[in-house]
Amino acid sequence: MLEIKNLHARIAEDGTEIIRGLNLTVKAGEVAAIMGPNGSGKSTLSYVLTGREDYEVTEGDILYNGESILDMDVSERAASGIFLAFQYPVEIPGVATMQFLKVAMNEQRKARGEDELSTPDFIRKVKEAAGELKIDMDMLKRPLNVGFSGGEKKRAEILQMALLEPSLCILDETDSGLDIDALKIVADGVNALRSPDRAIVVITHYQRLLDYIVPDSVHVLYKGRVIESGQKELALELEKNGYANIIEKAA
Amino acid sequence: MNVQSKKPITAAEQSLLDRYSERRDALQGDASVTELRDGLVHDFAQTGLPGRRIETWHYTDLRTLLKSAPSDFSAEAGASAKPIVPDSIVLSARNDCQDSAIPDGMDVSSFKELLASERATDLLASKRSDDFIGRVNSMFVDGGSVVEVSKGAKLEKTIEFQNASLGGHLHTRMSVNIGEGASGTFIERQIAAGKTDSFVSSITDLTIGKGAAVTWIISQERGVSDTHLGQINIRLGEDARLTLFIANAGGHLVRQEVHVTADGENSDFALRGVNLLGGDSHTDITMEFDHLVANCVSAETLRNVVFDRARGVFQGQIRVAQIAQKTDAKMACNTLLLSDEGEFFSKPELEIFADDVQCGHGATVTDIDENHLFYLKARGISDSKARAMLVNAFISEIVEDLEQEDLVEAFENRFSEWLAQHA
Repeated sequence: MLEIKNLHARIAEDGTEIIRGLNLTVKAGEVAAIMGPNGSGKSTLSYVLTGREDYEVTEGDILYNGESILDMDVSERAASGIFLAFQYPVEIPGVATMQFLKVAMNEQRKARGEDELSTPDFIRKVKEAAGELKIDMDMLKRPLNVGFSGGEKKRAEILQMALLEPSLCILDETDSGLDIDALKIVADGVNALRSPDRAIVVITHYQRLLDYIVPDSVHVLYKGRVIESGQKELALELEKNGYANIIEKAA
Repeated sequence: MNVQSKKPITAAEQSLLDRYSERRDALQGDASVTELRDGLVHDFAQTGLPGRRIETWHYTDLRTLLKSAPSDFSAEAGASAKPIVPDSIVLSARNDCQDSAIPDGMDVSSFKELLASERATDLLASKRSDDFIGRVNSMFVDGGSVVEVSKGAKLEKTIEFQNASLGGHLHTRMSVNIGEGASGTFIERQIAAGKTDSFVSSITDLTIGKGAAVTWIISQERGVSDTHLGQINIRLGEDARLTLFIANAGGHLVRQEVHVTADGENSDFALRGVNLLGGDSHTDITMEFDHLVANCVSAETLRNVVFDRARGVFQGQIRVAQIAQKTDAKMACNTLLLSDEGEFFSKPELEIFADDVQCGHGATVTDIDENHLFYLKARGISDSKARAMLVNAFISEIVEDLEQEDLVEAFENRFSEWLAQHA
């Protein structure tokens, strides 16, 4: 589903290279965890995959379902089924959460040539998904993410993911700022979305999240490259020994 | 006074002088009114249009901005547009042909009757030399309405006054008196009903009686090549409450002056303004607020969205008299500048002679927040749609201050339509 080939990317403004020859393949149905020390390029990777204009790809390619997405802009990639759950969801005053959800769902449906949702259908879908994530409908009456607690923001991200039904989900440090109960709710929400035709990329600092979202593969990112790949046991080893051994081995 | 060599007369100045000569004898009023008008025209022939050297007109230099004025006068257009808020009572601001029934507690007569009365010269006399809008209106005014809302009347339906131009000159004056304890919502709609250019002056004198509560909305909807000079003169009585909402989304050269005098204690005034500016239009809101007595509140918030080569101006002057203790006055002007060629000038002025007051002002200028834009686009919302959502979000906070659901919905729709055409 996702094939990243010898990817090089830099910050557009100052030319600093962050991703330096990254290779990664994630198959449909797979949950891939990406771990790495601070500054290894994890968040940059999530932005480059979603097409943020602050970053430039200078070499290599990103194939999604076999086709390059480098020429697609942010909204086109999203409409084609790529979803990023933000590490820090932004607060947007003046945009009502429900209105935002409706516009996003309908814009994506429109881009795929489907009919717009009727209002009752839309509300029913939101109520169902919100219930599973223990999100109070009152919270959705507020402006988008405004005044949401850290846990509420992350649950709202997973709610959007559930409603938009993407085929490639990228979770950028979704566990940061969550207490253990919120972490379980969020992990359950993600696990409910596991399916044979959906790939999930989990970017995280800590093994803890992977106790709840058990990955099929674990990749270690360092200085903009994947320096080690393995199965879920690799995450446990990292938790115990840190990154030093692996970095040394790769050097 | 600085003595200057006389500036050459502009085409627009000459046109206004010519129109007056043609129109003089057909205008309403007795000999004293004609004498007064002649005097104003004489002054105008000397001073001409206000230019950048006149402080209150510094950012709206009519000598250069007003290229020409039409050569004819608008026919009476009546009130034929569909109201902004459904189920409103629709009246012509010029009282020329009234179809709607006037509600109980409200009385409307023609301004022409007032022009024929002894009060006319007092009303038309313009005291200040820089009051060009007052002067040009007094020179030409030939229609309008006189509105009395009686003591304690609660007007349930929104009253919409349409000041429609079919093209050419249009000079209208409304005198509105809200009686003690009365309440109501009024919309002053400045609309283009014709295809040719208009030159409009429109003045409203609004007196809010003791304990009365009013929402007054000025909806600017003139055509892309029209000139509109508006002025609202407000007196706020004791315990009076007024929300003045200015919705500028039309016209080529627009100036809306707001002059407020708070002369009864404990009044509460809120100005909410939305300026949607596009093309090569020039739009100016100039406010002067006189706090003459103690314990009054005034708050102004403007949200401006600037596209293309449009230019906007907000001048807000708050004057607090020495006895006006405990005055609470706040002013904010926020601009979303969406074009490199757009401009917005914000000029706050505070003149405070009392020592126990709270007065503040602030201005911001910003572009669309890239983080907000990225977030919306990352959910599959197209660039143009995402931008429109964020612009709407910027002004929606002001519109929501209208509090009445039908008004909020009506103006949200009006602004969305404007944005859909310009964004």
